[in-house]
Amino acid sequence: MVDQHIYLKGLTLRNPVMTASGTFGFGEEFTDYLDLARIGGIIVKGTTLRHREGNPYPRMAETASGMLNAVGLQNKGVDYFENDIYPRIRHFDTNILVNVSGSTVEDYVETAEHIQSLANIPGIELNISCPNVKQGGMAFGTTTGGAAAVVKAVRAVYHKHLMVKLSPNVTDITEIARAAEAEGADSVSLINTLLGMAINAETRRPKLSTVTGGLSGPCVKPVALRMVWQTAKAVSIPVIGLGGIMTAEDAIEFLLAGAAAIQVGTANFIDPGVTAKIADGIVAYCERQGVKAVRDLTGALVIDTPAPACPPISDCSLG
Amino acid sequence: MQRPTSFQMDGRLTEKRRLNDRYVLLIFQLPIPLTQVQAGQFVQVKVDGSPHTLLRRPISICLLPKPDELWLLVQEVGEGTTTLCALEPGAIVNMLLPLGTGFTAPSLPSTCLLVGGGVGVAPMLMLGQKLAEAGHQVVFLLGGRTSTDLVMQEHFARYGKVYVTTEDGSLGEKGFVTQHSLLNEPHFDAVYTCGPKPMMKAVATFAAQHDITCQVSLENLMACGIGACLCCVEDTVDGHVCTCTEGPVFNTKRLKW
Ligand SMILES: Cc1cc2nc3c(=O)[nH]c(=O)nc-3n(C[C@H](O)[C@H](O)[C@H](O)COP(=O)(O)OP(=O)(O)OC[C@H]3O[C@@H](n4cnc5c(N)ncnc54)[C@H](O)[C@@H]3O)c2cc1C
Ligand SMILES: Cc1cc2nc3c(=O)[nH]c(=O)nc-3n(C[C@H](O)[C@H](O)[C@H](O)COP(=O)(O)O)c2cc1C
Ligand code: FES
Repeated sequence: MVDQHIYLKGLTLRNPVMTASGTFGFGEEFTDYLDLARIGGIIVKGTTLRHREGNPYPRMAETASGMLNAVGLQNKGVDYFENDIYPRIRHFDTNILVNVSGSTVEDYVETAEHIQSLANIPGIELNISCPNVKQGGMAFGTTTGGAAAVVKAVRAVYHKHLMVKLSPNVTDITEIARAAEAEGADSVSLINTLLGMAINAETRRPKLSTVTGGLSGPCVKPVALRMVWQTAKAVSIPVIGLGGIMTAEDAIEFLLAGAAAIQVGTANFIDPGVTAKIADGIVAYCERQGVKAVRDLTGALVIDTPAPACPPISDCSLG
Repeated sequence: MQRPTSFQMDGRLTEKRRLNDRYVLLIFQLPIPLTQVQAGQFVQVKVDGSPHTLLRRPISICLLPKPDELWLLVQEVGEGTTTLCALEPGAIVNMLLPLGTGFTAPSLPSTCLLVGGGVGVAPMLMLGQKLAEAGHQVVFLLGGRTSTDLVMQEHFARYGKVYVTTEDGSLGEKGFVTQHSLLNEPHFDAVYTCGPKPMMKAVATFAAQHDITCQVSLENLMACGIGACLCCVEDTVDGHVCTCTEGPVFNTKRLKW
């Protein structure tokens, strides 16, 4: 028997497979197709302090091996979550984490405080990819200062598991991860969507109402995997890996690169039962490879000849 | 709110009928019989063997002649639908169904006008069947660019009187459905429509002018089809709502058209 448990601070996952925020609704949308007791946890839709209508339609464009979305955090606010949704999902036999978003540090803090009072929510995932309206709309998660400020403020009031979800739209994601760790994050999850764009050549119009949007799906996997690998080396808190995971093999690659657990996003749209298949596939791999505990895969990547560090650009012979 | 049950299952293509250069009727045998399906509900079809088709494709339920026999009318518009239409009998297709909220039948015996344009005629067939079986008077008004666009006429004729228009005048009255003489003296209690958006908007305007209740089936772009991604929203009087769960059928009173 392979031990599938993953132990995060204040949070035990029955297996490393969770679902990514915004791609799994509140879990109830999937119960016709999946037994939620088969997965380690679900991260529900991005929740903000107040109701948000989100962006105008069209919000989605399919791309080669991926999709762009511009949902814009449509949600009915944390009170609605607490009063209407939580009572329906609180007894699900899996961990339920809430993805928290905000436009100001105060928004994040107030939303986190609300959710802390919900007994069956053992943690939150802080989505710091949101624009900070007080700082000219620059996303919190794109500067170490912005990330540190929001993590610090939330950590001061929130005492359960605090996962911080990182944006890949930065020069060096490891800096942001270290800033989150320094302010008390219990784990970091990455990656959120990559900023992208699509155009309808016939009409000469952008395909999304917001012109740009977030890219997800199998096309982002190599980028996500690289960032997880770099981040896992840079911090000592657990790293939760996601971005383009479609199969058990994809998930295992993230674990080997250093992830303690993984999340599945866009793949849920294509196969709503995919997460159970991924969990089974990880076990089968461990049995085949003689691995006793799934957590032993974390960081088990073998690099035979360490590549030399990339030299500074001035040293490169570009000829 | 109790969610209606839907299923993930593998349908087996048993028959394929090419109806014209762009429309194909696909007939599937389902492993699980469907007992509670509303006209206007749809299927999320997984398209294998099409490298650029990552997401499932929403296709309306055209008819369910038996609880385990599913008819889909598919128009080839891009890689996904073309790949589907190239399948041969015996092919296995994974689907999620039945999804969404379909058409609502009138509560009193009524004369119903069902307006379909292009491939939007698909859900009108099952709707016509359900309404006729419930004792309503069904009148179809179907439009296409040219005569060969008007497919499955004999099937529609089983459930009601069929009027047609073509843009080139090759069959029925020349022009758009909303120009048909049938609409000059409207005596309908309810109007149902599915087709290109400009057509549906014109039909909705006609219905509003004559104070007739009108339901439309929207074809917003979808990713999940099950209410999880919020990509498919329509702006309604109640704000952004998912067309894949609260729709695809809406009463026009709810829309901001
Ligand atoms: C609820 C619902 C029911 C539908 N029922 C049917 C049906 O019964 N039969 C049928 O043939 N089609 C139906 N459609 C439309 C069908 O889903 C699309 O034509 C299909 O997804 C296109 O996929 P593709 O890969 O062939 O084309 P793509 O390569 O994805 O697109 C080709 C072109 O078609 C356009 N397009 C794609 N999807 C849509 C859409 N949903 N609405 C308008 N334009 C679109 C694209 O913008 C592009 O220009 C339905 C759609 C919805 C939402
Ligand atoms: C439609 C959609 C909505 C999303 N909404 C959120 C959200 O509310 N909060 C968040 O942190 N991430 C959100 N994401 C990002 C995903 O959680 C995930 O980080 C990203 O899609 C990459 O994983 P994937 O390639 O497996 O989908 C969303 C993604 C999609 C496709
Ligand atoms: S298509 Fe995903 S919510 Fe409607």
